[in-house]
Amino acid sequence: MTIGVTVNGKLYQDECDSVSLLVLLRDHWRLLGTKNACAEGECGSCTVLLDGELVNACLVLAAQADGREVTTVEGLADGDRPNTVQQAFLDAGAVQCGFCTPGMVLAVSDLLRRTPDPTEAQARRELAGNLCRCTGYQHILDAVRLAAEREAGAR
Amino acid sequence: MRVLRPTDLPTALRWHAEHPVTPVMGGTDVLVALGSGRLRPATLLDLSLIPELRARRTDGNVVRIGAGLPYTEIAERLGDPLPGLASVARLVGSRQVRNRGTLGGSLGTAAPAADPHPMLLAAGASVELVSVRGTRRVPTERFYRSPGRTARDRDELIAAIRVPVATGPQWFVRAGIRRGMTKSICSCAIVLAGGRVSVALGGYGPVPVRATAAEEFLGAEPAGAARLDDDLVDEFGRLVAAAAEPVTDLHATAGYRRHAVAVLARRGLRAVWRRRCGEGPR
Amino acid sequence: MSAGIGAAAAQPDHLAKVLGEFRYASDLGSADAVWAATVRSPHAHARIDSIDSTAARRLPGVLDVITAADIPGRKLFGQMKVDQPVLAMDVVRHHGEPVAVVAATDPDTARLAADRVAVGYSVLPPVTDPVAALRPDSPAVHSGGNLLSSKRIRRGAAQQGGLPPADVVVRGEYTVGMQDPAFLGPEAGLALPTEAGGVELRVATQWLHLDQEQLAASLGLPADRVVVKPAGVGGAFGGREDLSVHVPACLLALRLRRPVLMWYPRAESFLAHVHRHPAVLRYEHGCTASGRLVYVRAEIVLDGGAYASSSPAIAGNAATHAAGPYDVPHAWIDASVAYTNNPPAGAMRGFGTVQPCFAYESQMDRLAVATGLDPVEIRVRNALRTGASLPTGQVLTGPAPVAELLGRLKALPAPADPPADSGAVLARGIGYAAGLKNIAFSEGFDDYSTARVRLRVVDGRPVAEVTCAAVEVGQGVLGVQRQIVVSELGVTDVRIEQADTRFGTAGPTSASRQTYVTGGAVRAACRAVRDAVRELAGSNTARCDGTLATVLGDRVIERTAEFHHPPTVPLDPVHGQGNSAMQFGFAAHRAVVDVDVELGLITVVELATAQDVGRAMNPLALAGQLQGGAAQGLGLALTEELVLVDGTVANPSFATYQLPTTMDVPRLRAEILELPDPAAPYGLRGIGELPAISSTAAIAAAVRAATGRPVRRVPIRPEHLVDPEDHP
Repeated sequence: MTIGVTVNGKLYQDECDSVSLLVLLRDHWRLLGTKNACAEGECGSCTVLLDGELVNACLVLAAQADGREVTTVEGLADGDRPNTVQQAFLDAGAVQCGFCTPGMVLAVSDLLRRTPDPTEAQARRELAGNLCRCTGYQHILDAVRLAAEREAGAR
Repeated sequence: MRVLRPTDLPTALRWHAEHPVTPVMGGTDVLVALGSGRLRPATLLDLSLIPELRARRTDGNVVRIGAGLPYTEIAERLGDPLPGLASVARLVGSRQVRNRGTLGGSLGTAAPAADPHPMLLAAGASVELVSVRGTRRVPTERFYRSPGRTARDRDELIAAIRVPVATGPQWFVRAGIRRGMTKSICSCAIVLAGGRVSVALGGYGPVPVRATAAEEFLGAEPAGAARLDDDLVDEFGRLVAAAAEPVTDLHATAGYRRHAVAVLARRGLRAVWRRRCGEGPR
Repeated sequence: MSAGIGAAAAQPDHLAKVLGEFRYASDLGSADAVWAATVRSPHAHARIDSIDSTAARRLPGVLDVITAADIPGRKLFGQMKVDQPVLAMDVVRHHGEPVAVVAATDPDTARLAADRVAVGYSVLPPVTDPVAALRPDSPAVHSGGNLLSSKRIRRGAAQQGGLPPADVVVRGEYTVGMQDPAFLGPEAGLALPTEAGGVELRVATQWLHLDQEQLAASLGLPADRVVVKPAGVGGAFGGREDLSVHVPACLLALRLRRPVLMWYPRAESFLAHVHRHPAVLRYEHGCTASGRLVYVRAEIVLDGGAYASSSPAIAGNAATHAAGPYDVPHAWIDASVAYTNNPPAGAMRGFGTVQPCFAYESQMDRLAVATGLDPVEIRVRNALRTGASLPTGQVLTGPAPVAELLGRLKALPAPADPPADSGAVLARGIGYAAGLKNIAFSEGFDDYSTARVRLRVVDGRPVAEVTCAAVEVGQGVLGVQRQIVVSELGVTDVRIEQADTRFGTAGPTSASRQTYVTGGAVRAACRAVRDAVRELAGSNTARCDGTLATVLGDRVIERTAEFHHPPTVPLDPVHGQGNSAMQFGFAAHRAVVDVDVELGLITVVELATAQDVGRAMNPLALAGQLQGGAAQGLGLALTEELVLVDGTVANPSFATYQLPTTMDVPRLRAEILELPDPAAPYGLRGIGELPAISSTAAIAAAVRAATGRPVRRVPIRPEHLVDPEDHP
């Protein structure tokens, strides 16, 4: 069967239905911003939005993405201009090796959409599914705060 | 590998009866098994397009939860009738996993340490199994057979989980080394309803179990808070730990589990008791 | 200047990383690439009786299967001791050892074919206990015996064969489990055949030039026909110093004349890279009644696993750091690494200093109890100071602010009391630990980096281009190069090129050394460029300024510099004496924990650190290193362990190898000291590893304080804190 997925506003199609959304994104469509670090839903590196809902792309059956909309890290910025969350990651030093960053940026975006002014405890709970091996998370939590403040300021 | 995508339950059941298929809903267990090669089915039966599997409704004093309702929805929408199950749903995996994972999936996989099982057991939930042959309800007590094996027949699907509406306090506690993405070493659910305490364990023996001897020991609701003395609580913990032979695995020894589950049970009993006596929120 | 040294300057690669545009090794692709997959041993120890690839070759799409027999050059590799088969020959010595590699037109076929390579094994009993492995009656993992490497140090009376008496004596045996670097970016590479019969490899690595040297040897090619290029690295922490996909990918590319892609899924990654050495450490300390250390006796056994990797240097570090940041007049230290049939151990952040730190700091806690002193007080009384000497006899000539670091931590306010919660009985504990670490390579290694700086005018504005083979693994070596150029040349448009092996070596990204040596090389190249500009301008202005473009015109000024750090010497083999290290870093940690005493579950409430960094080159990047390192130390203390069952890795998965999450790592308070090292560029001190050294020991100390338990092993498992048999 043919699978059609609208990724970041653009329709992608494929003849394969036996693999995960992550394999579709990365291997079939070469959308490489979404990372593969465990392929079992433990690390959050492949986090994307599926119809606006935060998911691990590695745990979504490809066929189930048919006809749906996916937002990956590539869909967040306005060209080369990072969005508020991405800019906060830059300013707060929330990036080291950066492998967790795309998934982390999406998880933070989703958190702030649902909870515009999260406490640190809330942020920690909501981001627990995104592992980072480099930072110890502190600068990432700083970025959450910074992005929340900037988004509040912009409203 | 083929993926069948029925959009209604009768079709799904017919295909299920005709082909050897592996059902998949949110995929949070099945995709892991596919990725590791532990599962190599010729055909997957995708249930995600069947609206009735995501339905939830209250039938008198029972909430019928569609097997495909994600944990996020259970956590956010069922806190009032099912406070215990909603609190467990909030603890499952990560936000990403809760958005996809379902009770039907957890029951289908029946991983011994998965957190929802003890609460389903203690709350007296039953599993609604459907096939072309008809519908039957299996109490969760009789559902778990051996690790990964359940009372579900080969041609059956889990349609719904029926959970009695809470009439008293419900409590879930678990032991795990991490605070986030906690992998339960063992867990315990305690439910107070109709004047009786129900208690069940996960991650302890080979399958999730009710601790019936402990329940019987408490018997009908003790006369008052005064009866919840230390000796009674200790004996309750001891009987809970005796409900099954604990396992030793990567995460902990059997000895630790035997010790820890008694601690969890004692805390759980005290917690539901405090709530019953009006101390703290339900 | 806001982008110069000392500024919280942005890193050149971070924009691409937040946009999802940065390309890691596992993102590499090539239109006509072949995929390769590895056949690995399921056994910890077995004789290989046969390898039959018939069924694999029969699969449509399979192009080649290689085994050890196909390796044209050196069949073994190893960064210090050449003992590790690229592909197993006759015998497999650890779970996960590569036996064969299959190439196919797509990754699924390659994987499937790898599963169909039939290897006949005769399973042999594995040697799994490093202490037992060193006994004379142990079966041998290698024909030369199981002593992989050892280092002895004798100081003071120990040189005459004894140790003096002491008022107070404390003995303990400590154990450290197997921690994995667990970088998120999987091992991956793309090998491309080149025109001249050579090969080019793009790979995630920490040390391009060592990869090239080892590749050329195994491929049987002259070094100039093997080019290794850096691919994006998703974390390293020591786990990318050794070869991974390198030889098979290149060999298949040469045989098939096609590009070859390889990457390891997570489970394979856990089996394919080195881990931190598990260790058993026996310690005895003697001190006076007033708590002054008299002697230390340490017998350290490290589990090297099946092959050497960097074990010899790690044994050296374990020995030279065995007394910790304390002044001990008499020392009797033996560190040994044993070969076993466990997975190979090698470099990991801290490099042989983490294990002894846990042991000597546990001993310091016990000495505090035995002498009735406060744990910080006994440490301060014995703290190394400038002018003191180490067990190697090396005198500390630079700053050694151990007492001040501990004092700073002691002065921090205590966090709020634990919350009353859910019936759990929480015990609060505070623990302290201090550590030291040699910076850069030691024991006589000529350690250096090479950098080229080119200055020219583009569109009327001066542009500086830096070329250097220092590998960025996430720590910020690109950014610090840019900061140095900004400060040295006053040019703000600075472009950093990560060179490949056709450029001079920068040495590895390891040993906390890159900012020191590459920073030194970039500074030297900048200063040579600056001198040339001054000559050109005929003036002696201190900096390049706004007139630079006019002065330069269309000229390009290019200078290349090597920077060698101050020389060190090997330790003498009898007493282990000598100035073996060129610089030491010092740090201390304070941990505050709440222990659920009935369940043995631990929450780290707060971590604090104090570290002397010499010069904070980039405060933001520095803070990131301090926070991330402390989190890794927390992992070793509480959650992270590769569990072996008869030498077989039982948990090669993030579901069971539990990395700390956002909910497990508290905020880190950091007290930064900047005491310049006059011998170092900008006075800086290597900072990358210190955060991961004493954090583990501090958490263990806090748990000890909370529970009164001895805590002789990390990771601390819940069952170590409760006695199940006491509570039937």
